[in-house]
Amino acid sequence: MRFSFLRLSIWFYMALFFAYLLGPLVIMSVTAFNSPSFPRMTPWECLTFEWFSALFQDERILNGIKNSIIVGFGTVILSVSMGLAGALMLTQIWPKLRATYYTIIIAPILIPGVVLGISTLVFWDRINRLLGLGADSFLSNGLFLTIIGQSTFIASYCMLVLVARLQRYDIGLTEAALDLGATHAQAFRKILLPFMRPAIASAAVLAFLASFENYNTTTFTFGAYPTLTIELAQKVRYGITPAISALAFIIVVLTVLAALANEANIRRKELAAAANATTVATVSGGIRLPRFLSGNPAAIILVLCAVAVITVAGTAATYSPAQCISDIREQKRIETEKRIQELRREREEREQSKPETTEPAIDPSTTPQSNNSGFGGVFAPDALGIGDDGATAPIEQPEESSGFGGVFDPGNLTTAPETPPADTENTSGFGSVFNPETLGGTSD
Amino acid sequence: MSAGVGVDLQDLWIRFGDFVAVRDANVNINGGDFFSFLGPSGCGKTTILRAVSGFLEPSEGNVLIGGKNMKGIGPNKRPTALIFQNLALFPLMKVWENIAFSMEIQGASAKERRKRADELLDMIALSDQGDKLPSELSGGQRQRVAIARALCAEPDVLLLDEPLSALDLKLRQHMRTELREIQQRVGITFIYITHDQGEALTMSDNIAVMKAGVIDQIGTGKEVYNDPTTPFVASFVGENNVFRGKVSEISGTEALIASNRSGMLRARISTANQGKMRPGDDAMVFIRPEAFALAPASADNDHLVKARVTNEEFEGNAFNIFMEGDGGKEIKVAIPNLGQSFESRLGQTIALDYDIRNAVAMPAGEMATE
Repeated sequence: MRFSFLRLSIWFYMALFFAYLLGPLVIMSVTAFNSPSFPRMTPWECLTFEWFSALFQDERILNGIKNSIIVGFGTVILSVSMGLAGALMLTQIWPKLRATYYTIIIAPILIPGVVLGISTLVFWDRINRLLGLGADSFLSNGLFLTIIGQSTFIASYCMLVLVARLQRYDIGLTEAALDLGATHAQAFRKILLPFMRPAIASAAVLAFLASFENYNTTTFTFGAYPTLTIELAQKVRYGITPAISALAFIIVVLTVLAALANEANIRRKELAAAANATTVATVSGGIRLPRFLSGNPAAIILVLCAVAVITVAGTAATYSPAQCISDIREQKRIETEKRIQELRREREEREQSKPETTEPAIDPSTTPQSNNSGFGGVFAPDALGIGDDGATAPIEQPEESSGFGGVFDPGNLTTAPETPPADTENTSGFGSVFNPETLGGTSD
Repeated sequence: MSAGVGVDLQDLWIRFGDFVAVRDANVNINGGDFFSFLGPSGCGKTTILRAVSGFLEPSEGNVLIGGKNMKGIGPNKRPTALIFQNLALFPLMKVWENIAFSMEIQGASAKERRKRADELLDMIALSDQGDKLPSELSGGQRQRVAIARALCAEPDVLLLDEPLSALDLKLRQHMRTELREIQQRVGITFIYITHDQGEALTMSDNIAVMKAGVIDQIGTGKEVYNDPTTPFVASFVGENNVFRGKVSEISGTEALIASNRSGMLRARISTANQGKMRPGDDAMVFIRPEAFALAPASADNDHLVKARVTNEEFEGNAFNIFMEGDGGKEIKVAIPNLGQSFESRLGQTIALDYDIRNAVAMPAGEMATE
């Protein structure tokens, strides 16, 4: 009993942990397929792929990805070679100096990225001036500075990875190669480098990822070449759209596929080794999977994922959410009209029963509530314009369910001021929010 | 023996800071010899090997290979090949690639390399193992691959750094014979490093016995065993009973030693020490366990030791009899197993006779601690 309780709580904890870990990613991924122009999961409106096409039509994002990849490759080459040199030095340096050397070479990891960014900028600017070069010289090029700046600390990460492998290297192998007539360069190329290859691959992946996600160093050095992180940060400043969710989703999918491919590959090698070691024939029975898949769950998942991606991409090419979106719009319009009429009737009833009161006193608690917003619509531009004649106005915006009101919707910015408050029904102090024309303007 | 390339060490000193690893070594190794450096660990024998192979520059003196001074010539330019203690096979290369590595360096085509590797694999009796990785071979097979790899480079001198130390006893004994056979077949100079006197004695044409950076004696196995020059050599190579005492009388090549606890002992003075001993000097007499023979208890002469039997150890081919002489002096005697038993004589005092030629006298000195 106690045992099963313990087990249950462990499962519960694990579920909680993974929800905490993966929940945000899942929600972000789902919002990429929902049609509202603000990323949200509920209410689910229409399945759409328009945010992906919006993403791929966004010049700045594409340019950011391009720059990030260029910087990534530059950083990989520079950091891995510097890391390897540093690691070799560490194993060959005079033992008494080793601790000091290690501290020095590890220090960039401990220094804040912001400091590294600023100092890279200042340092190379000085060098640039010292050499008497102009502002458009290579040394002040954004790509060059970003690669140099990121490599200062990414090289240290690479070195740590490489040192771990290098410590298992038997220097006797190099000596044996020399003894058999190899030059030092040949011994390095034919013996040490092949030995280091797995660690170099890990270091390269690590360096690329670290470079790709870096913001705080890059923000000082990018110059005319903003990377993806810089572009995202700048975009989010002006409002977030599900296109960014779509980008996040693509990155998540690529990461998962790469991890699965790697896992499948490792497993395949293990199986091959096991098959070599024991030449026992496998007992055949039931469905025989292809050699690549048998006994390799990672490979199976990988294949399933790949099939899923292809299916989704195929669907996306033919699927059009236009019908669904217009349905939803129509539905909203009808709902809104219904509400308007309801309210109008209410007011008329009230005016008849209490003719002496001119001011419509509406109790917020009794008003029909369809507002999902956590901010009660305070950010709605309409509220800003007209809200000062009645505090009740924002509460009664019927179709506004966004967490931020319509503030991030560019449509609001342009259409809202155009709606004149001089409507016949508009004496009530509700602004123009109930006007169906406003909706049309917003959704387009 | 074919005339291979000889190696000469001239006044060789190797220092690491204040520590002297090799002190004034002078060795002349004939071409085609199987030459061993024998000594306890840390005596500098590996250092000598590294100086010959070129991984270490001597502090003083010269290394000559084939009469040519090797000063300033790197390990990859010397006509030597070294077999490392841990073999240092390249773990990521297949066996045949390992063997043909020296040809790869010279730019030979894969076909040529494979052909040569297969020849060598035949020689070491691993014909169909070429496509395996070294990690898939057994210890003895790896050993042979390492030898083949070294031989593929066609060195004039093959250097072996305790290559058998990692193997188990049976395999070690088998590999001894095999190494000796390979050496005789290829006819090149082998320089062999070991701390195992059995290996050195069975395989070598000549042996240099080293102690703390100093070469004590160079000679054939028989010379080193039968006619040691120092107490260290006498006690390190094989087992020995030592009797300390003072020289009481010198007569030609023989000396009468007044031992501390075992009376007067007559012994032959070892060749290198003849003429160096004076009456009254501290001396040592070494008598091998197998040099003793049982004698009647009544016997009395100057080549006799009396002791009480304390223990008997049956070794199969021989009995090891442990005895205690006057003053607790421990003596070990080895008697061939001819079906007799000594159990009934436990506690009895018996006389041990020896041939004067088999007892070696020399000035007292430091002995091996092992």
